[in-house]
Amino acid sequence: MDFWTLVNALTSGLLIGLVYGLSALGLSVIFGVIRIVNFAHGEIMVMGMFFALLMFQWFGLDPLVSVPLAAAAMFCFGYVLQLVVVSRVSHLPEHMQFLLLAAIAIMIVSALLLIFGPDAQGVQVDYAWESFAIGELIIDYPKLFAAIAAMVVAGVLLAFFKYSATGKAIRACADNHMGAKVVGLNVSHLYALTFGVGAACLGAAGAIILLLFEVHPYLAPGYTLLAFVIVIIGGLGSLFGALLGGILIGVSEALAALLFEPSMKSAFSFGLLIIVLLLRPQGLLGRAVR
Amino acid sequence: MSEKTKPTISRRTVLAGAGAGAVASAVPLKHGFAASKIKVGVLLPRSGPQAQIGIDCQRGADIAAEVLKAEGYPDMEFVLGDTETKVDVARAQAEKLIDGGANVIVGCFDSGQTMAAAQVCEQKNVPLVVNIAAVTKLTELGYKWVFRNFPTGPMIVRDAFVNQKKLFGMSGATPKRVALLHVNDTFGTSLAGALFKLTPRFKMPYKIVEKIAYDPYGRDFSAEVRKAKGAKPDALWAVSRLNDAISITKELVRQRVDLMGVMSTGPGWYEDAYMKATGKYGNDVISLVPWVDYKKPMAQKMRDAYQKRFPGRGITANQGYTFDAILIVADAFKRAGSTKNTDLQAALQKTKITNNTTIGKGIQFNAKGQVPYVPSGAVQNRDGKQIVVLPEFAAVGKPIWPMRPWRKR
Repeated sequence: MDFWTLVNALTSGLLIGLVYGLSALGLSVIFGVIRIVNFAHGEIMVMGMFFALLMFQWFGLDPLVSVPLAAAAMFCFGYVLQLVVVSRVSHLPEHMQFLLLAAIAIMIVSALLLIFGPDAQGVQVDYAWESFAIGELIIDYPKLFAAIAAMVVAGVLLAFFKYSATGKAIRACADNHMGAKVVGLNVSHLYALTFGVGAACLGAAGAIILLLFEVHPYLAPGYTLLAFVIVIIGGLGSLFGALLGGILIGVSEALAALLFEPSMKSAFSFGLLIIVLLLRPQGLLGRAVR
Repeated sequence: MSEKTKPTISRRTVLAGAGAGAVASAVPLKHGFAASKIKVGVLLPRSGPQAQIGIDCQRGADIAAEVLKAEGYPDMEFVLGDTETKVDVARAQAEKLIDGGANVIVGCFDSGQTMAAAQVCEQKNVPLVVNIAAVTKLTELGYKWVFRNFPTGPMIVRDAFVNQKKLFGMSGATPKRVALLHVNDTFGTSLAGALFKLTPRFKMPYKIVEKIAYDPYGRDFSAEVRKAKGAKPDALWAVSRLNDAISITKELVRQRVDLMGVMSTGPGWYEDAYMKATGKYGNDVISLVPWVDYKKPMAQKMRDAYQKRFPGRGITANQGYTFDAILIVADAFKRAGSTKNTDLQAALQKTKITNNTTIGKGIQFNAKGQVPYVPSGAVQNRDGKQIVVLPEFAAVGKPIWPMRPWRKR
């Protein structure tokens, strides 16, 4: 294996890892505040992909242009879902919440199948097949644009939580639920807002990922599993952790495929997960629970 | 009416009678009787990653029922089963279909799923007519109820070698280094194994310089293509499924992997969805696979009926071999005149069909339930259509080899 092959693999892993990280952010946001594990994570992201696909088919919109639209649409979906359905089980044991969200996931996949069928579908943007070279390093445009878009969306999200009043209120709810209520915050609205923000992340990630991969309803469970691996490695509830986890998974998969066997990619992801769980159970950037 | 003249049927008698009736009606008539209609369990991956392929196979079955009825074959009732693209579900669904009264099972497209269904059919003494499954051992395990009109992995590989030699000879362009990318499921592993075993025996002019197994349901295939590119191959040989074939093509173009050609032995590269997703970049790919022979009258009838019912959708091996599987069942039932399992088995063993839809002399099973030789062709993608370029007796066009470079399309 030559030097440039390794550099190409690392670059590709980094770019795809950023996109994976963004897709996992939604899970981390929702768990970090509401303490509910969203088992419909991948399904909501695939809804975002189909939304961007429709925007492309109906109006010829580039998926990158559709990112804010997909985020807005999924925000509305997430807000209503939390307010009308999820909030009613938030006081119940965790396994009841899991079952509810798993049921929602199945319903979403079935609905997508009814509407779009099982065919893999994608978008044909002008740069879909294009790449550029720097020396022997070849970078393809869709992956580069997707990674940049992922960083922008992640930056906006982090800024929202750090600087906006609503973001601070949401963080206050996450830190101390009772305290937030005492100071007069509308916690149920903030929870719905948080679920909406998490779903918006997924909508944005879905639109971005549509640039890279074809979409079909059965894609969803794979992304749910991937997001769990990423956030557990990065630290459940940590936004920076989700991004770091995504990058680690992207790079480790690229290297595993190159140095060993592509069939071993998933084994390496899960191997990394086991190592992190053994050495640092709270995840790389997660906070330990005492 | 006096008490003495009242009917003497007690509540208990009525309940017992109703119970017996219910039990009798619930018992499947799988060992059957003389009948005018046969119940065919069509077991396919209708959901999961292979759903679209399952739908294509079902379309082949539906067209077969329509065409064969017009040809004077007896009526068939299809009972549908979904493997969900999972081996364990295939097993459970095969049991369910048989317990539901299916006289024969047709399926299951995928080697692993078909192996699972075959075990059930063998246990329950119900014939399984395989539409598509290449794993060799399916007809090497001494099964008495399994019948397959589809080539085994070694047969596909052998014909692929023969057709490759012809292709290279016709064009004068011979690759010296070939990279093999194959899925790591039952089908891909068995085919890649056969390919490796037979390469020296066929004295091919090239060397397989890289063999890469991958998960067909992965997301990103850039690493696979990068690894193949690192071996500096002249040509790529792929054993794929659909979505991975699309992603690999995208990566080949983006990573600027210029090749003499892409050859496939398996599904994916010739599918409608593939050509729709890849556009001009899907052109010139050659699939070395079992295929439909449009020079046969039955294939022409299938094509006419198919285009009428599903305009704009192409016919592939999926529809062709499923059509043939239904033809085999209809023919056996017609000759047996009974849905009794042993009668059907005996009739299947004596199958002799020449007017089928796929490449080859016809369908006749050996003692193992395998058609001894099912030839494959070479099919090239051209602007959304699949053109048979080899063997000569079934060819409808001349091959383009080497393929046109990605950047000059």
